[in-house]
Amino acid sequence: MPEIVLEEREGLLSRLSGALSELMAERWMKGAFIGLIGVYLTVLVALPLYGLLSKSLYDKTGAFIGLANFTRFFSEAALFSSLSHSFFVSMTATAFALPLGFAFAYCLTRTSVPGKKVFRAMAMAPLLAPTLMHGLVLIYLFGKKGLVTKGFFGAAQALFGVSGFDIGLYGATGIIIAEALYAFPPVFLILSVALSMTDARLYEAAEALGASKFRIFRTITLPGVKFGLVSAFFVSFISSFTDFGAPKVVGGSYNVLATDIYKHVIGQQNFSMGAAVSVILLIPTALAFLANHIIQRRQSAGVAAKAVPYSPGINPARDRLAFLFCAFISLLFLVYLGVGLYASLVDVWPYKLQLGFRHYDFNATGGGGYAAYFNSLRMAFYSAVAGCVMAFGAAYVLEKFKEFPRLRQFCSQLSLLPMALPGLVIGLAYIFFFNAPGFSIEAIGLYIPNPLNGLYGTMALLVLSNLIYFHTVSFLTAGTALKQLDNEFESVSESLSAPFTRLLTRVTAPVCLPAILEIGYYFFVRSMTTLSAVIFLYSADLPIAAVAVANMDDAGDTAPAIAMCMLIVVTNLVARLLYGFATSGLQKRTRAWTRR
Amino acid sequence: MKKHPLLLVAAAFLVFAAALSPALAAELLVYTALEDDQIPVYIKSFKEQHPDIDVKFVRDSTGVVIAKLLAEKDNPQADLVWGTSGIGLIELESVGLLEPYAPKGVDKVLPMFKDSKNPPSWVANNVFETGLCVNELELKDKNLPMPTSYADLIKPEYKGQLVMPNPASSGTGYLTVAGILQLFGEEKGWEYLDALDKNMAMYTHSGSKPCKMAGMGEFPIGISFGYRGVMQKRKGEPVTTVFPKEGSGWDCEANALIRKKDMKPEAKVFLDWAISTPAMQEYAKNYAILSEKDVPGFTVPEGYPADPVAQLVKIDLAWASKIRPGVLAEWEKRYGAKSEPKK
Repeated sequence: MPEIVLEEREGLLSRLSGALSELMAERWMKGAFIGLIGVYLTVLVALPLYGLLSKSLYDKTGAFIGLANFTRFFSEAALFSSLSHSFFVSMTATAFALPLGFAFAYCLTRTSVPGKKVFRAMAMAPLLAPTLMHGLVLIYLFGKKGLVTKGFFGAAQALFGVSGFDIGLYGATGIIIAEALYAFPPVFLILSVALSMTDARLYEAAEALGASKFRIFRTITLPGVKFGLVSAFFVSFISSFTDFGAPKVVGGSYNVLATDIYKHVIGQQNFSMGAAVSVILLIPTALAFLANHIIQRRQSAGVAAKAVPYSPGINPARDRLAFLFCAFISLLFLVYLGVGLYASLVDVWPYKLQLGFRHYDFNATGGGGYAAYFNSLRMAFYSAVAGCVMAFGAAYVLEKFKEFPRLRQFCSQLSLLPMALPGLVIGLAYIFFFNAPGFSIEAIGLYIPNPLNGLYGTMALLVLSNLIYFHTVSFLTAGTALKQLDNEFESVSESLSAPFTRLLTRVTAPVCLPAILEIGYYFFVRSMTTLSAVIFLYSADLPIAAVAVANMDDAGDTAPAIAMCMLIVVTNLVARLLYGFATSGLQKRTRAWTRR
Repeated sequence: MKKHPLLLVAAAFLVFAAALSPALAAELLVYTALEDDQIPVYIKSFKEQHPDIDVKFVRDSTGVVIAKLLAEKDNPQADLVWGTSGIGLIELESVGLLEPYAPKGVDKVLPMFKDSKNPPSWVANNVFETGLCVNELELKDKNLPMPTSYADLIKPEYKGQLVMPNPASSGTGYLTVAGILQLFGEEKGWEYLDALDKNMAMYTHSGSKPCKMAGMGEFPIGISFGYRGVMQKRKGEPVTTVFPKEGSGWDCEANALIRKKDMKPEAKVFLDWAISTPAMQEYAKNYAILSEKDVPGFTVPEGYPADPVAQLVKIDLAWASKIRPGVLAEWEKRYGAKSEPKK
């Protein structure tokens, strides 16, 4: 029956070509996703930054002057001190944040310390409040009239016979304390994701072979989180290196590169010098890129497809020690927030110490009051949702797809770039880029009207600026989680010719759910508190809480400003609780495999 | 083809709405560096006179407002600037961002408080000047006498007790330095600043910060601007504002029209109002020096010297703006690099 044979053969052929075209379709679909990420990062990172940084080659009037801004910078006496100050405070702050963050993450992932949920929430405490509150809290604690400096109004003298102690807050000391505090949450975030993904079989094997605890730590634990450690170091160093909030508030006259940018841009409105200093600020970051890239190449997955999740047993001595450590760190953060709360209630610091809620009535002060607060709430919510999708999406596409390697590499590097930029620089770059009615390319005499101009002054642009400003930490967190999932998953999925979307929704996303949720929470918290980028981008119709804080403080209404900070802190805490409740059920279901 | 009657109604409605729209409220976008709590008080009389004009404000500190205007240069958003540093506005003028306009009543404004060209590019409302915020309680605590002059500030007993804004970061810092250079002359002026630097605990990035620190008792003497200290006292802080005997450097809070494609006639209405008597009377409650003489019912607010104009150093703001880059470079060279806080 030749007809039937023929039919069969045709059927086989069409099935084969169907599979082939499916494969091609999948390739192009992946390509489209990579392209999408590429466009997203190019439009929101590369082009605006190019626009701003290229100004470093022009003078104030827009005439091309080549490298003159840089020669001026390098000939100024203040340069060497700014540069070395920046390095010194960033290295020192990292030297505190990294071990502390690692120890904290270790306690929560590798011991059976009680109260993990509370500690996990506490770790984010330093990020809950806007910069202004950090500065004030530090001053209230360690300033010339601070609680510590003055021995708690003589109470310490009466109780313990010790008078106050002046740490000399203003200057490097203050900056280092503030930067170490800022850096702690992201360091913890990255390392806890890294530490939570491991293969218990390695530990079982090591123990069976009689390896000592130290040796296990040195040869399994540390190498297992090598990538996380490098990322955390990189994030901590760069965030201290580029922050200008803390140096501005408690730095005294200790000049760093970021305050140099502030001087040029806000003090003297000299954008081209500001751009030149920004370029110099980018150099260490470029070096960090390189280091990151080299280590990343050697990284192999910690969680093989056959991995068994690690669950720490009970070890009373170890767990007690872990508890003490976590409780101590959490207590420090609690004192920190408590002093903020106290400051918002005190009538006139430090002379009239009566407490009351009068500062929470924002009718007498400017800044937008509760309207600004609700705008911030909306902005933070949109940023959290969109941020999860974009940061995890970018990390997934760049990490797990194997197509178009050059394009992926380009995107990865763009993903790390926002970290290196102060918010001030992002805000300005966005004005130049999004407010331009069009761009003319003189070389070919072409004029392109700006299709994104309509975004200027809208909520959408505020959200986009947050997405980019906080992209890097989230991208690294997601990347750390994804890297630890064996690529074998992809190979198996491919050999079963299952579409990658199924693997993503059935395996990858559920496994990475804790990381995704942390990212969403991180975006929410940072968007609630951030000032430096949005101060250039908010419009008259859209007052923002953090801007209101700055305005009230400007007008001398310091206590209402802190009261608004406390509202933000409480909101972030509530968000944290909601997120905890809403996800614990979900986590139980999707991460049942991590428990034995 | 039969036309739908509803469609006709809709079309008629659209035409009607289009004809009506000019009568709807016009909208003005105003950038300002006035203090946030001053704006609603000041604007009241404008709202009463012009209920048909809807005014929106973007308020930030002077540096941010000027930086934002410069960054938006190619596609200006603001219609006008209100109550923002004269030196800053001169900066905007130098890049062609200001449209000269002579508001109604500009003749009453004293020549030193407006642009010298005709029509002027900017016109001031009021003046703010260097003032020392001194915390009486801390001074008593430390057994220090009340300083009354610049000469006092360089005495050894005040070593480490002073804070002032960095002129490279803050307009207030710059007007103080410019005032000192004008008072003492260039050479003597720098000598004085050298001596002052020896007593300085630190330089801040914001002009109001030294006064706030004085109010909190962090450092007993903050070099800042007069209004700040007067206001902190009103709020119950133990701060006395001292105007140095030799004279104060100053700048003004001024207004200007932004040059752009479609400038709204309402912007001029606003600028007229901004120097009108009802507006001036409101400024007068906060500031001792108005740009106009003989504002009806004017008395110097409490906390200022009786003859505040005599307190001002003779400065031409255009000159102060011109020498700024050179002064700041010299300042950075002398004091920028040695920035360790002194114990």
